[in-house]
Amino acid sequence: MDLEFGASYQRLREEVREFCAAHWPPRGEEAELPPRDQAIRFRQRAIEAGILFRTVPREYGGAGGETDVLSETVIRQELDAARTPHRSSVQGTHMLVPTLLECGTEEQKQSYIAKTLTGELRWCQGYSEPGAGSDLASLQSRAELDGEHWVLNGQKIWTSQATEADMMFGLFRTEPEAQKHAGISYLLVPMDTPGIDARILKMINGGQDFCEVFFDDARVPAANIVGRRGEGWKVSRSTLKHERLLIGDASGARRSFDGLLDLARRAQRGGQPAIRDAGVRQRLAEIEGYVASQEYAVARMLTAIHKNEDMKVMNEMLMAKLLSTNTGQLVARLAMELLGDEGLTMPTAEDAAMGIPSEYTDSYWVSHSMMTLGTAIAGGASNIQRNIIGERLLGLPRDPRKG
Amino acid sequence: MDFSLSEEQELLQDTVRSYTANECPPPRVREVFDGESGHDADLWKGLVEMGLAGLAVPEAHGGAGLGLLDSALVCEVLGAGAVPAPFLGHTLAVLALRLGGSAPQQERWLPALASGDRLGTVALGEAGGAWAPEEWTLSLQGERADGAKTRVPAGPEAGLVVVGGAGGALGLVDASAGGLRWSAEDSLDRGRRLYALELEEVPIETLAPGTGARVRDAALVLLAADAFGAGTRLVRMAVDYAQARQQFGQPIAAFQAVKHQLANMALDIDPTRGLFWYAAHAFDHLPEESARAAALAKAHITDRAMQVARDAIEIHGGIGMTWECDAQIWFKRALFDRQWAGTPDTHRARLADLGGW
Repeated sequence: MDLEFGASYQRLREEVREFCAAHWPPRGEEAELPPRDQAIRFRQRAIEAGILFRTVPREYGGAGGETDVLSETVIRQELDAARTPHRSSVQGTHMLVPTLLECGTEEQKQSYIAKTLTGELRWCQGYSEPGAGSDLASLQSRAELDGEHWVLNGQKIWTSQATEADMMFGLFRTEPEAQKHAGISYLLVPMDTPGIDARILKMINGGQDFCEVFFDDARVPAANIVGRRGEGWKVSRSTLKHERLLIGDASGARRSFDGLLDLARRAQRGGQPAIRDAGVRQRLAEIEGYVASQEYAVARMLTAIHKNEDMKVMNEMLMAKLLSTNTGQLVARLAMELLGDEGLTMPTAEDAAMGIPSEYTDSYWVSHSMMTLGTAIAGGASNIQRNIIGERLLGLPRDPRKG
Repeated sequence: MDFSLSEEQELLQDTVRSYTANECPPPRVREVFDGESGHDADLWKGLVEMGLAGLAVPEAHGGAGLGLLDSALVCEVLGAGAVPAPFLGHTLAVLALRLGGSAPQQERWLPALASGDRLGTVALGEAGGAWAPEEWTLSLQGERADGAKTRVPAGPEAGLVVVGGAGGALGLVDASAGGLRWSAEDSLDRGRRLYALELEEVPIETLAPGTGARVRDAALVLLAADAFGAGTRLVRMAVDYAQARQQFGQPIAAFQAVKHQLANMALDIDPTRGLFWYAAHAFDHLPEESARAAALAKAHITDRAMQVARDAIEIHGGIGMTWECDAQIWFKRALFDRQWAGTPDTHRARLADLGGW
């Protein structure tokens, strides 16, 4: 047992640290560019330096090398620590790109991957529909082939960043006669196509991240299908293979807990800092048990995946999302308690936006208390996670599925 | 980075698991649990022959010289099997000598503990839940000790008692010297019976100062590991029962409410293993983090295991409320691990202090 990353990873860590120091924040003329352009330039340089997108082949705009799960963790930690804008649209870089690499045509790879990696091309994900949430395969948005075009009709919803995105990758029903999973295709849709209307749904915290997207005879080139007709479900699942490199590093949970400790230090209770209150200390200590559990579970996963012993950590992999969701809820509850009256004020627009906060302000915590609800819903609702744990881990009977 | 067990550690667990599964399956656990003494001399003899008594004893004194993580991994397996064996107290006595014994003391006692000729135990707690070394009052000044300790495992079976005294000091008492009065408590976990101990003019030798807190920390890690094992087993028992029990014409496991409760139980206990791994590792290698990591592991894991135990009984329904149902044995195993050496809240208060909050 050894919790140090070791000499070669330490060297990598220092390289990344030096790279960040040299290139972020930008200086001179570049400092005058709009933030988005600064971010694109930073990512271009990081790819050239072999730091970002290390395994994406060179001809498609990646660094064309090798990586492993520990290197990825070290790199992400350093890029986060230096507050660099290394994350562009996660839907694009972590869902679409692996899917195209796995199932896309040569032309699709050439057209989309490089610009997606730098963030020049922004994507949204068109999966959920008003009638298709956890039961995603029941989706009803249609695409009918008419000569050289797919004609799209229907509605997508809970689509993050749809109004900012240049493109959508989405699932559409192309074979209405087929059994439900077999009738779906995976299409790439330019968001400026006539007949597409993306509208912002104001979120619970006042944020503007969420959208619904309407399709009314929107015509998309026939070549914009990834994989074959009716295989869209399988195509959308091909991303999963790549997720083993994307194990979170739990540093978000620790950062959030440290932020909570700071909040407890500045909040007052009975004329003294709340952190001196015995009850608050108990609750903090209890939450730390969950945070530390999560950190060690991640450490164990990283180790096992690095050694190609994924089977040993199936429990951790299947539990990871629900575990971090639950921890987030505990943090949110205590944060609200500590906020007291400050919890009666709307968060600022900046704090209502997604992302890692630059500062854990009271307003951030108000927003956090609501956005942590989202982690229990997005990407597989918690009750679905419980089904998965029950069925796949504990071997319990599968739920009856109708339709 | 390598946060995993070595092949040797996995083999150690497999070996102990298969031995105890054969020699001490649930019917035998129950027999001992309901028996006169709660002690199974033959089983302990078998575990001693496997080398468990000397696991933490340095090789120079006839042991395997392994670390706290290895002892904790054994505790996990013993907890999973609710194995009625005096491993906890014995290992803590070994650690007390290893960490605080003089060369002659180690020479005299460690080989006898490693070979199982003597069973060791620890008398740490005092009346009123005084588990913290700074709360111990028994005087270790002079060559003889007088006073009382409570909740001592193994009791009269032990040949060597490590006694906690004022100032967090530890002393060695040769149980064969006389002057020890044991009285059995009506223990809840009947596979690990506890005794009150009165010392009257008993010859005592002190160990190095500061050893008391270290032994307490080791105890917290071992209890956490035991509770992890017990909790994991309780999830399995509840799953098996829910698969077998039919109501409304189907196994109750097919009801989503039950399935989700079982999933929550697994989620409660399974992710906690790293806490005791890390705390055990820190005990041997990261001294500045050791006390806090031990407190966190004990507080969190034993609390989670106890919640799992309560849920497991609930899943069993009426039969879960009976002595006849095996779940009660593991429930009490987990409850011992939670209560002994201080409750979770006690240790949370400590870890808040230790964190400089």
